Amino acid sequence: MTALRQATEVVDPVPGASAPHLPQQPDLVQLLTPEGERVEQPDYSLDISDEELRSLYRDLALVRRWDVEATALQRQGELGIWASLLGQEAAQVGAGRALADGDMAFPTYREHGVAWARGVDPLDVMSLFRGVDNGGWDPVARRFNLYTIVIGAQCLHATGYAMGVQRDGSEDAVLAFLGDGATSQGEVNEAMVFAASFAAPVVFFCQNNQYAISVPLERQTRIPLYQRAAGFGFPGVRVDGNDVLAVLAVTRAALQAAREGQGPTFIEAFTYRMGAHTTSDDPTRYRLASELEEWKLRDPIARLKAHLSRDGIADAAFFESVDAEGDELAARIRTGTVEMPDPAPSSMFEHVYAEQTPPLAAQQAEFEAYHASFEGGVER
Amino acid sequence: MTETLTIGKALNLGLRRAMEDDAKVVLMGEDIGKLGGVFRITDGLQKDFGEDRVVDTPLAEAGILGTAVGLAMRGYRPVCEIQFDGFVFPAYNQIVTQVAKIHARSKGRVAMPIVIRIPMGGGIGAVEHHSESPEAYFAHTAGLKVVAVSNPVDAYWGIQQAIAHPDPIVFLEPKRRYWEKAEVDTSATPDPLFGSRVVRGGDDVTLLAYGPMVKTALQAAQAAADEGRSIEVIDLRTVSPLDLDPVFESVRRTGRCVVVHEAPTTLGLGAEIAARVTETCFHSLEAPVLRVGGYDTPYPPSKLEEEYLPDLDRVLDAVDRAMGF
Ligand SMILES: Cc1ncc(C[n+]2csc(CCOP(=O)(O)OP(=O)(O)O)c2C)c(N)n1
Ligand SMILES: [Mg+2]
Repeated sequence: MTALRQATEVVDPVPGASAPHLPQQPDLVQLLTPEGERVEQPDYSLDISDEELRSLYRDLALVRRWDVEATALQRQGELGIWASLLGQEAAQVGAGRALADGDMAFPTYREHGVAWARGVDPLDVMSLFRGVDNGGWDPVARRFNLYTIVIGAQCLHATGYAMGVQRDGSEDAVLAFLGDGATSQGEVNEAMVFAASFAAPVVFFCQNNQYAISVPLERQTRIPLYQRAAGFGFPGVRVDGNDVLAVLAVTRAALQAAREGQGPTFIEAFTYRMGAHTTSDDPTRYRLASELEEWKLRDPIARLKAHLSRDGIADAAFFESVDAEGDELAARIRTGTVEMPDPAPSSMFEHVYAEQTPPLAAQQAEFEAYHASFEGGVER
Repeated sequence: MTETLTIGKALNLGLRRAMEDDAKVVLMGEDIGKLGGVFRITDGLQKDFGEDRVVDTPLAEAGILGTAVGLAMRGYRPVCEIQFDGFVFPAYNQIVTQVAKIHARSKGRVAMPIVIRIPMGGGIGAVEHHSESPEAYFAHTAGLKVVAVSNPVDAYWGIQQAIAHPDPIVFLEPKRRYWEKAEVDTSATPDPLFGSRVVRGGDDVTLLAYGPMVKTALQAAQAAADEGRSIEVIDLRTVSPLDLDPVFESVRRTGRCVVVHEAPTTLGLGAEIAARVTETCFHSLEAPVLRVGGYDTPYPPSKLEEEYLPDLDRVLDAVDRAMGF
């Protein structure tokens, strides 16, 4: 099957850097270079105060600190698994901070940075990975849906939600998260067809972290992902996912367009999964360490820090205070996780239906009686 | 030649042999190449057989099964890996409306020798969708055969037999038992694929299980023996078609029958088996056929899975109830 091999070879190692058969598009929206220098983008100007810049840094740093603590807790047996966001902090915080209060977000299972930006208590995320529940937050109150583990399913939910927003005549917008791998799922493509067809106020925010577990991007696509949008009939844009300012500006603009009735946008946040897929994964089996070293040079947090320092927006005392806050947060997450009570056994029978059925109620009663029979010490 | 193998390694070797025996065998799935699958069942196979025969697919289960149909029509024998039981559903349409029906639709002119490997069941402390027992959905679909292995010997031979078989087979692998070991004689003559097997003799109660619950059933039988009860354990091995003759023979002797599975009890395999045993052995029965299964709830968060999954105590409780009738 040499044709297959040839096709693989013509794909540029940095996917999308060259696609000669396609019209030229601004390739990567960037407002902050990897060295931390501000650059101007006429289409995505960002008017941002020093205060806001510092608070973005704080979010990035705290979210990473949470992530590091969660990985450690998993290693110590306190979590069943953890899906790290390492390297994707800017993509997530930038996107999360672009949301208006009334907007709704539909995450995958990795959007801890968006959860943070939506005001979700980290412990309500930890409970999922500890196996206590499927996420402890209220998705309605937080306007942040529960994590969706079945790849791509949430893109249709986001689109339908946006169709509801349309019917309400509201100015809310919807943000659907997905990965590069997810773009191959039929349901994701159906979501884009619906969104385009109804000009639904939904933005598809794809974190292209270059891998779907072990499978590299070029197995999912032969063109840059953002260019797929054209085929569905709405704009696509690629943003430097490690540049929190660019992500914020681009996502805000796309949400605003949705609000104004201009329909969907596809955002490809070009980034890198710096850690393993999850704590169960071993990336040394499928990628070279040198790749990670390259991406470390584009670290999203170091970049903002360089900018804040260079332009005198933050001083050493500020960074120290964020570090100290991170340690406090980590300690709170650790204690809260370790001390999290197990759910009551019979709670699994609760909420299966809005209206409990007689057979299930009977099963629950039987379960409780069976349980009680052990309390007298007759356990085998 | 006899080797000590885990279920995982037995599957790996069985796949390797099937690929050596038939150049038309093509493995397809997510992360099955370089990574060797998330459970490493296909470890090393892409290296040895190449990317055309061990295919890391795009992330799309309908795509995997739908293209497997086309490959099968073109004379290949696709072996599809679904990464976890809860992720088979995007492919469900293809499996139920196409894979299962094409042979009948084409009046036998088009065969569908597709194997769909699915790591099945709970007990590994996972998050949602990683612990499902979907066998009844498939067993309820005419045109599909459903196999659920419980041990390394059946894993090694069963996967080869399934691949060589002309009909589509959903091949369920007991994921929490992947690391269980046994001696496998790789030069022996294997038992037929679609047959149940008495794995422990006994006189008081007939205990039926398949896949991951066989080990639990055997442990329960051992514990019961310590209390003076003699339990016959039958590993069904195949869920569709069911091979119930050994079960009927056993129940005619014991007069009591208990079926165990992880899947929710209501409308699970146990319901079909109870009906068939009752129809066939009515006059020998001393007690109704009892079922021990998962509850009729979504599979719970992992902190509660030990409460949900049938265990020794729940099996023995059912044995007590059968005996006390
Ligand atoms: C329907 C479905 N199939 C398979 C899986 C197993 N799985 C979990 S994550 C993943 C890769 C996802 O890759 P991508 O969409 O790029 O997101 P990332 O994990 O890189 O953030 C796979 C295959 C799943 N969760 N759902
Ligand atoms: Mg990815």
